[in-house]
Amino acid sequence: MDPHLWLKRKGRISPYEVVFWPIVLVLPFWLFPTYLSLSSQIAITALFCISLDLILGYAGIISLGHAAFFGIGAYAAGLLSAHGWGEPLSGLAFAAVVAAFAGWIVSFMIVRVQHLALLMITLGLGFLLVELANSLGSFTGGADGLQGIDTWKLLGVWKFSFWGKTAYAYSLAVLFILFLVCRRIVRSPFGLTLEAIRENPDRTTALGAPNRAHLQKIFTLSAGIAGIAGALLAQTTETVSLESLGFQRSAEIAIMLILGGTGRLYGAILGAIIFMVARDQLAGMNPQYWYFWIGLLLMIVVLFMPRGILGGLERLAALGRRR
Amino acid sequence: MIAPVNALETGHLNKAFGKLVVADDISLTLPQGARHALIGPNGAGKTTLINLMTGVLPPDSGHVRLDGKEITGLESDVRVKRGLVRTFQINTLFPKLTPLESVLMAVLEREGISGQWIAPLAARRDAIDEAFGLLTQLGLGDDATRPTHDLAYGQQRLLEIALALATKPKVLLLDEPAAGVPKSESAALFEAIAALPADISVLFIEHDMNLVFTFASRITVLVQGRILTEGSPDEIAHDPQVREVYLGGADHG
Repeated sequence: MDPHLWLKRKGRISPYEVVFWPIVLVLPFWLFPTYLSLSSQIAITALFCISLDLILGYAGIISLGHAAFFGIGAYAAGLLSAHGWGEPLSGLAFAAVVAAFAGWIVSFMIVRVQHLALLMITLGLGFLLVELANSLGSFTGGADGLQGIDTWKLLGVWKFSFWGKTAYAYSLAVLFILFLVCRRIVRSPFGLTLEAIRENPDRTTALGAPNRAHLQKIFTLSAGIAGIAGALLAQTTETVSLESLGFQRSAEIAIMLILGGTGRLYGAILGAIIFMVARDQLAGMNPQYWYFWIGLLLMIVVLFMPRGILGGLERLAALGRRR
Repeated sequence: MIAPVNALETGHLNKAFGKLVVADDISLTLPQGARHALIGPNGAGKTTLINLMTGVLPPDSGHVRLDGKEITGLESDVRVKRGLVRTFQINTLFPKLTPLESVLMAVLEREGISGQWIAPLAARRDAIDEAFGLLTQLGLGDDATRPTHDLAYGQQRLLEIALALATKPKVLLLDEPAAGVPKSESAALFEAIAALPADISVLFIEHDMNLVFTFASRITVLVQGRILTEGSPDEIAHDPQVREVYLGGADHG
């Protein structure tokens, strides 16, 4: 088989994708307008989940503290707005830079450890930041959350209203654009190098690859994207709570990513949709026990679809084609 | 007269793990274009020596020189960029990637564009052609786009060599290239080793004496971390000490 053709085919846009994006654009606006604010939350969470997929799915860095960068982005954008600059796009850029810088600093530690030590360090980082934000109450609002955020009109035209139309369009647009960027990254020489490092870091070293430098770069990029997701949440909800930095958020996106399927970007989006919709529906029916169902779902998926729901679907489709 | 610069040279390398001495005063020189075999019983420290040369293990004392330049303190990946490349005794590949992707990754790293993420992979036509050409040369062209874990064992051994060649090495260290390869698949591997470019200096560890005596012009015998002797294949074949180690000793060869 021609190698050029094969690589091109691997990177091409599938018909499913062409169908997927218009559906997620249209569905909340026309069919479920009451779910617009949930839809924004899903888009934001999906973006956050994609940022985790970059490091976990592609580069093989496990993190249980990625909400640290989400929270840093949220506080950066929130504080900027609370101090008088509420322009949303520059707020995103500011949050991205702050979170990426924090990611870069942390990355020096991250690339030196593996396995359990990596889990402990990322966990510890999350705890550390929550306590830091809590103790700097006069600055961050502490346990009451950051107040006084005022997000200006998007591009000077669209107001962020109670109904959340602007919020959803804005979140979805940012998700879509950054999704395209991430897709570029994973299908580039850099993306291939990351996958090789994930598969066998000793071998990439023996081929001359500076593993640590590559991993630091993707960790920094991932932190920046997580920061943008956090900033979106701060801007669209006009509040930031300590919870945005917390362990629960870190653990939840890891669950979503594993549910959806790692290392395929769409797994992150699908996982976020399933998790958030399930939580919304189940919590409506039975608020105390909804984690029971999520736990059950997680166990079933991991047992029967080790590569996540999307991985399982791909396998079914491949089986169908063979018949 | 100016002495020719050796491609690779180790001087008085020592390494011990506690009381276990794994490298004992090892001085070895590899001239340009050498075909040098390193033999010895299991546990003689052959792979350890490769690990010391490539920087996987730091020596307790001694030096390593590549092209006459000191590289003793350099990181492994930097040594690779300078042209000192190895393969592994146990397949050390990228199971989920295809051979094409694996070799392409090595080519891109060598070209210094492995961190580039603006243009897609498919746009690197020259690198793709080179990777595919290398695989075709080693007889892996037809399987270039299958996942590596699906390849036959002998093919995986060939991919080990393809990966190393993709870095354009000056000195190639082959750690038991034929280990575990069934007879039916060994011909392709022998051919690949015979076809290595003459300007690459090769040091190979091998238990298959057929391979050793076919390809080596010099042989070093390592026993318990020490160099027992070094010589031409003929000298080694008739050396009573070597016969003692291989035939009379408790270790099997």
